[in-house]
Amino acid sequence: MTLLIGAMTLGLILGLLALGVYVSFRIFNIPDITAEGSVTLGAAVAAALMVSGHGAVVATIAGTAAGMVAGAVTGVLATKCNINKLLSGIIVMTALYSINLHVMGKSNLPLLNETTLATRAEQFGNKIFGGATDLNIAGWDVGVRDASMLIGVFLFIVATCVLLYLFFRTNLGTAMRATGDNPQMICALGVSVDAVTIFGLAVSNGLIALSGALVAQYQGFADVQMGVGIVVLGLASVIIGEALVGTRAVGLLITGTVMGSVLFRLLVAIALRWGLNPNDLKLITATFVFLALVMPDLARRVRIRRLAPAREA
Amino acid sequence: MLQIKRIFKTFNPSTPNEVRALSDVSLHLTPGSFLIIIGTNGSGKSTLLNAVAGSFIVDTGNITLAGHNITKWPEHRRAKLIGRVFQNPFSGTAPTMSIAENLSLAARRGKSRGLGWAVHRRGASDIRDRIRSLNMGLEDRMDNAIGSLSGGQRQALTLLMASWLKPDLLLLDEHTAALDPKSADQVIRLTHDIIERDKLTTLMVTHSMQQAVNLGDRIIMMHRGRILHDLNGSERARARPEDLLGRFEDVRRREQMDTSVAEMLQQSYV
Repeated sequence: MTLLIGAMTLGLILGLLALGVYVSFRIFNIPDITAEGSVTLGAAVAAALMVSGHGAVVATIAGTAAGMVAGAVTGVLATKCNINKLLSGIIVMTALYSINLHVMGKSNLPLLNETTLATRAEQFGNKIFGGATDLNIAGWDVGVRDASMLIGVFLFIVATCVLLYLFFRTNLGTAMRATGDNPQMICALGVSVDAVTIFGLAVSNGLIALSGALVAQYQGFADVQMGVGIVVLGLASVIIGEALVGTRAVGLLITGTVMGSVLFRLLVAIALRWGLNPNDLKLITATFVFLALVMPDLARRVRIRRLAPAREA
Repeated sequence: MLQIKRIFKTFNPSTPNEVRALSDVSLHLTPGSFLIIIGTNGSGKSTLLNAVAGSFIVDTGNITLAGHNITKWPEHRRAKLIGRVFQNPFSGTAPTMSIAENLSLAARRGKSRGLGWAVHRRGASDIRDRIRSLNMGLEDRMDNAIGSLSGGQRQALTLLMASWLKPDLLLLDEHTAALDPKSADQVIRLTHDIIERDKLTTLMVTHSMQQAVNLGDRIIMMHRGRILHDLNGSERARARPEDLLGRFEDVRRREQMDTSVAEMLQQSYV
């Protein structure tokens, strides 16, 4: 049970990352690989600030802001400097690796002695559940620490999703969606495609860095390697989410993306429990995303081939 | 209203693919005038429209619109003054967004976009009323994605969007060329009604000689990046499709002669 709760909590936190990937990949159609650097940047900035004695809230906000700046830089490279979008992300991601090392001062920064948001959630849970260390939920023993963290993260993610949904219904939010959908049209309606793209990548990487800051506090350390393969992981969540909700409506897709992230984490937890070698995890994730991307096209071709003889007959 | 002074544009200068798309084009449009541009393929008629819209910056010359010198303005800034309908019905609308959202985007053309609701109740009823005036039954499908509509419906909506906030200049770039004849008729009728009602200053490019003589109050014919004929007043009133086609034929014949003369010269001197 602890394993499942842990997977769900991590899935929810990485749901923010998946939302960031959803914004760049699905709304803007930009394969933005800055994410690999900005998730670590969020974690590094938050961890470094906490270690130097700042509060957890301030540190988390600062981590998010740092991610937004990274995203904006990628946006400027891609629009104002006319660099290929994928390459812009790679450039910033590479630069961030060194920056992250500088921010942390070493490759791994433990947070075990700091008052993180995770500690806060635990303290709050202790107050509510009156000091018990274990809860009995439907016959399962659940640690108060795990339960309060799950609840805290859940509430936070719900609030973020609602805010994001509301944002996408404002004038600025619809202009952003239209920019990804049809840049020519939105330009003819007086919106600077460059400016909106820069802003959108900032929002995307802000969400991703926020996710990184929370992961660091949840697992108790920030590591310079934690971003590796994270874009494909986020994309896997987005794809699962799209399959779950089966529409293009923004509200449902936001919910679906977070659900996709949780489901993905649960599947990973179960697979690891069954003896999957953790080293194979990224290979399997990559294979999954590859299959999810080619399946629709493959299915279409098979359908056409099946129809073809029928037409001849 | 619109004043174009001696504009030039060369694409891919000093390369083998050099194209002199516009050379020495000048044009003056008074408020409320409706100008039709015709010409052969590659004559520069769409390029002229794009030069005004700001798809590129002209090499030399000046463009003034509604008292602003817009020569160096980027495209999105000019959109404050200009409404546009493109040839491709897919170009003017955002396919995955709803009809209501698309129109609400158009309702803020050239204005700042903050955190106010895009589709609010008052705006939605306004949108519904105007869509009802199209007589296409779309007012009951306000929440449908525009991508599910036909080309004619999308083009009618684009026209509605371009003229939503009365633009200082309306640009129509062969906006019926990709439609079936029936939808094209419908869109042309709508175009006529909207321009009449709002007295919009309009530049329209077309391939159809019939449209050229039925609509508008002035016709220019372009060839090789220049304005070849400018039919105004009584000359415009007398123009019939056959006359326009005749002028095209003249151009073609003159050009054929040019090439045959060139060949003759080549044979005798090389």
